Amino acid sequence: MTGAQKITLKGVAKAFGDKHVLAGLDLDVPAGQSTVIIGGSGSGKSVTLKCILGLIRPDAGTITIDGEDVTDLSRSQKEEVNRRIGMLFQSGALFDSLSVVDNVAFGLIQGKRIARREAQAIALDKLAQVGLGREVADLSPDELSGGMRKRVGLARAIATDPEIIFFDEPTTGLDPIMGAVIDELIVKTVKEMGATALSITHDMASVRRIGDRVAMLHDGKIIWNGAVAEIDQSGNEHVDQFIHGRAEGPIKMGVRA
Amino acid sequence: MNFLRPIGRVAISFLEATGRLALFTFRGVSHCVRPPFFPRLILRQMIDIGYFSLPVVGMTAIFTGMVLALQSYSGFARFNAESAVATVVVLSITRELGPVLAGLMVAGRIGASIAAEIGTMRVTEQVDALTTLSTNPVKYLVAPRLIAGTLMLPCLVLIADIIGVFGGYLISVFKLDFNATNYLQLTWEFLKPMDVISGLVKAAVFGFIVTLMGCYHGYNSRGGAQGVGRATTNAVVSASMLILAANYVLTSIFFGD
Ligand SMILES: Nc1ncnc2c1ncn2[C@@H]1O[C@H](COP(=O)(O)OP(=O)(O)OP(=O)(O)O)[C@@H](O)[C@H]1O
Ligand SMILES: [Mg+2]
Repeated sequence: MTGAQKITLKGVAKAFGDKHVLAGLDLDVPAGQSTVIIGGSGSGKSVTLKCILGLIRPDAGTITIDGEDVTDLSRSQKEEVNRRIGMLFQSGALFDSLSVVDNVAFGLIQGKRIARREAQAIALDKLAQVGLGREVADLSPDELSGGMRKRVGLARAIATDPEIIFFDEPTTGLDPIMGAVIDELIVKTVKEMGATALSITHDMASVRRIGDRVAMLHDGKIIWNGAVAEIDQSGNEHVDQFIHGRAEGPIKMGVRA
Repeated sequence: MNFLRPIGRVAISFLEATGRLALFTFRGVSHCVRPPFFPRLILRQMIDIGYFSLPVVGMTAIFTGMVLALQSYSGFARFNAESAVATVVVLSITRELGPVLAGLMVAGRIGASIAAEIGTMRVTEQVDALTTLSTNPVKYLVAPRLIAGTLMLPCLVLIADIIGVFGGYLISVFKLDFNATNYLQLTWEFLKPMDVISGLVKAAVFGFIVTLMGCYHGYNSRGGAQGVGRATTNAVVSASMLILAANYVLTSIFFGD
């Protein structure tokens, strides 16, 4: 299982104004495995993914994908790198000027230059994989429920069979059964396509289902990183508090009693 | 020397904004002339900008032509120069009022809707999603609009010219008792191709300004619904100001000597 690292982050820092979100974050994402980032709300998990995608430029540090430094790429080079990456946004980020099927087919048509008809056939197939039938294909995204939107976003992220896939809270807002179905789909995608997955989730059941490795983000750093089986014996108070969902502990949420 | 500080700050932020706009303009234009193009998107924008602006621009033109005829008649009647009415109407419309008023109306209609649409896409992460699907957002969102605006405004203004002259004709013939053939002859007599051409060149510039301002403010909008609202207002106001300023410059180039 121990192969090359697919993605490596070294000392990545990012501040918005005087708010330091990431403060020297180090993370290795091994190839062909599923890594899950956990951490409190607002701890910078989404920002981390956006840094890797080049949507946010880190203030310091380096990010490499397959050994290639992607921190300071030009726009067209970034496009080339992003061709190999699929991303499910936390908010879905579906194009509301396009129908559901065109949303899913978008990366195939624009990125891979596949003919429209063929791309739509693939898109319908991917929609079926996330449990959405033909009847939603021609709807516009704002006619969907929140959970359906999430699944369309998921179908769009895996449509191009990317080698790296980022899932930002794939099962948030889904019912438990659909959540389990989506988790299975993620596992299958990683196993069958040999993809490298990097997911964010708050749901510990989901972490145990989809994760090979777990990394915990706190105070802008990865404070614990290990195999999912070791998570109960991490010996780290922060991790313990998080996985047991205790209000008392070393992690202080910014709320006043 | 402390009182100089705010002045310096304003000057610097002004230069910064100008630089950003110049860079954005350069990027937008460079994507207009480099393939791949998006003919479907360009066509859709052309219909939106050209066809659906016809009623507004047509109404503006016909009332302007009518008012021009009334005003110039009541003015010129004081020194028995009523025969100049036709010439005044056609020259004012083709040289100035056609392009400027059409430009301002389109700024309100199209500039605002472009800023709102792209701004919403920005704050809902759809612009980021484009990047992750290896599509350059400037190429996909900005270039088609710039092309459509620059091409469609001259067409609109040509139609506005005809409608405006017709408005003047209506008033002159049916209210001011001009002879119909006589009036049309007077309209043609002093009209030079340059009068119309200069108006159409202005229109192309205004079309570019309106779509550019819409795209620029939408693309850089931040901060939710409020940010989009601000972007919309800024797009309309800045487009209107720039149209009036550019109009002066263009007039002095065409007719300065
Ligand atoms: N574009 C931005 N501009 C300013 N601040 C930002 C921006 N994006 C994120 N932040 C801030 O960075 C912090 C981390 O945001 P992020 O979205 O990464 O949180 P998260 O860990 O994904 O949380 P959640 O689990 O709630 O999604 C937040 O405090 C947020 O306010
Ligand atoms: Mg998040």
